[in-house]
Amino acid sequence: MALILTEEEQLLKSSVSELFKSKAPIAALRKLRDNKDPLGYSKSLWKEMANMGLAGLTIPEAYGGMGFSYVGLGQVMEACGRTLVASPLVSTTLLSATAIQLGGNENQKSKYLPNISDGSMIVAIAIDEGRHHHPDNCNTTITDGKITGEKTMVLDGHIADKIIVSVKNSVGDIQLVVVDAKSDGVAVEKIEMMDSRNLANIRFPNVVVENILDSYSGSYNLLENVLDIGRIGLAAEMLGGIQEAFSRTIAYLKERTQFGVPIGSFQALQHRAADMFGEIELCKSVVMKALKAIDENSQDLPKMSSLAKAKLGETYKRVSNEGIQMFGGIGMTDDEEIGFFLKRARVVQHTLGDTNYHLDRLAKMKSY
Amino acid sequence: MEKTTSKKDLKAFRKETREWLDANCPASMREPIAGPEDVYWGGRNSEFKTPDFKIWFEKMHEKRWIAPHWEKKYGGGGLDRMEYKILTEEMTKLGCRKPLFSFGLSMLGPALLKFANEEQKIKYLNDIVDAKIRWGQGYSEPGAGSDLANVQTKAEDKGDHYLVNGQKVWTSYGEKADMIFCLVRTDTEVPKHHGISFLLIDMATEGASTRPIKLISGKSPFCETFYDNVKVPKENLIGTPGQGWDIAKYLLTHERQMIGGIGETHVPTPVSDVAKKYLEVKDGMLTDNFLRSEIAKFEMDEAIFDMTIERVIDEAKAGNNSGALSSFFKYYGTELNKRRYELFVACQGLDGLAWEGEQFKNGAIAKQFCRTKGNSIEGGTSEIQLNIISKRILGLPSR
Repeated sequence: MALILTEEEQLLKSSVSELFKSKAPIAALRKLRDNKDPLGYSKSLWKEMANMGLAGLTIPEAYGGMGFSYVGLGQVMEACGRTLVASPLVSTTLLSATAIQLGGNENQKSKYLPNISDGSMIVAIAIDEGRHHHPDNCNTTITDGKITGEKTMVLDGHIADKIIVSVKNSVGDIQLVVVDAKSDGVAVEKIEMMDSRNLANIRFPNVVVENILDSYSGSYNLLENVLDIGRIGLAAEMLGGIQEAFSRTIAYLKERTQFGVPIGSFQALQHRAADMFGEIELCKSVVMKALKAIDENSQDLPKMSSLAKAKLGETYKRVSNEGIQMFGGIGMTDDEEIGFFLKRARVVQHTLGDTNYHLDRLAKMKSY
Repeated sequence: MEKTTSKKDLKAFRKETREWLDANCPASMREPIAGPEDVYWGGRNSEFKTPDFKIWFEKMHEKRWIAPHWEKKYGGGGLDRMEYKILTEEMTKLGCRKPLFSFGLSMLGPALLKFANEEQKIKYLNDIVDAKIRWGQGYSEPGAGSDLANVQTKAEDKGDHYLVNGQKVWTSYGEKADMIFCLVRTDTEVPKHHGISFLLIDMATEGASTRPIKLISGKSPFCETFYDNVKVPKENLIGTPGQGWDIAKYLLTHERQMIGGIGETHVPTPVSDVAKKYLEVKDGMLTDNFLRSEIAKFEMDEAIFDMTIERVIDEAKAGNNSGALSSFFKYYGTELNKRRYELFVACQGLDGLAWEGEQFKNGAIAKQFCRTKGNSIEGGTSEIQLNIISKRILGLPSR
């Protein structure tokens, strides 16, 4: 498949960009932060996104979704990255709906997917147990339909209606189970993060399970498959953030004068900017290639996912750092928005594995 | 009007092409080339290294596939774009070498097609295809490297000829070149970019001489060339007086695509394979953690750079032409190649630094390592490419 967008995908990209520019600019995130909004996202925006079909974008039409490609969802993620949209899109659509589609049986899909599609159900996925991404380290157990354990860094865990939890069964396999967030014993502790989004640590002391997602028929394992798709989606979001931060920085280099000339005329800054331009070209390619790999159900998905997450993590870190440096003192102020990209860059870097995690994974795939 | 071939005919063309290549390309001409000495360059004093080189050149020449996409009157095969693509693909599939390596084919030819008059095209293009002339490039001068327009080699108009005086440097295989295409200054009164002309100089002319430059790699692929009262016929001027800079720029884009191009069909050994061979591996992991992460980063960038070539080609096919990106590809590709050889050396340790000896392939890695350092200098330095990206793509202001 050629590494370009179809007309439909192009159209989706421009319509969501318009929506986010008018309804969810960075100012909207700032307001949620300053008001200490208990939800951490705008319910009316999520409703509007659901009405546009975004909540169920990749969900089949039979379950109320749009049946759109993951390349399409990638364009929405990219647009979210540009204005740093806070919404349940990552937790609910990108990760949880994907997990249910891949691992759920007919009944389970019918139970959850239509509610996700219409925006009425928020689903979080709880897969980590420490401060670093390490999905293999799973000490949450399941016995007689009840789970016990403690999960960390659960994206949107504080607002979820359902929580998908990774658990180890009696034979040592990792499974994904669905828990109702209101079940007895579920204890949610909300954590405010640097990027003004919310994570939660959640305890499950002998909590009853609603469903086990045990109908996976893909080529590796359900959890890794879901995570790989999630990582690629996050990489697409990062691509949006990187491009936005970079174009704001270039604009500033042209506008800010010192010593009587625009600072963008200094070669020391030009070469750093030109070098970043090249890295961003690489980022565009790997994200596109990885998104296509999801839609093509490619054997290379794990590799593509780690390449994308590693490269985008590295580049977002660099571009967000250079953004602050090139904006100078003004970049250090809270009034200037460039700092929001620095903050998001670090949190998203550590979500579902940072650059080092994925480089290590890539090396292991090639046995070195 | 360019002719186009129907889909059905293309299918037949592919089949015939594959069969012809398979029947006519000698087995040894399907082996990867070992380096610049292992190809046929043509020219007045040319020799075929083995009989197979001769057979392959003559077969392809007879088939008119030395320059398959040039018009027949210029010695080409008259193939359209799709046919040419199919031929290239089939040659790649069978591993067929190019029958002739020639700066005439890859660099001068395209410039002549665009800027020369009909008489010049017929004469020089046919000579290139017949491998009669081996060409060299005379752009750089001791005082005109990155500042290429600072050409000082003078060509004075003497009525029926130009009188050339000056010096060129970094002429690839200059001592073997029969003729050189040169940038010369024909006008000193106008701004420096406007006084340059494009002249073809026969190195057998009295007053022309060469001296090889020995590189840090121990090899001498480049020459200095000297011009002391060299008489060049007026008809050797390409384009109009003062048009040299435009021709040079056009030609440089072809050169940028060619750098590293000798290895075009040669896929380098993966760095991680070399690492596993020469370094300690425990539980499927290199024990040198620092090198391991450097290799992983390199292989990430290498893989994604290839995807970027793929993406930009796909975008170009869809009509989004990003021509300015050639500077990015030149910059990134050459920097990547330098990283590759740093890692080869790091993996092989002192074995990789041996300079002579059969067991070390006569220092192939060490010498190639040294040679790669020139990749980011020749054809416009990395810094020049970054300048071009800043100005032409990012629109950052000049001082």
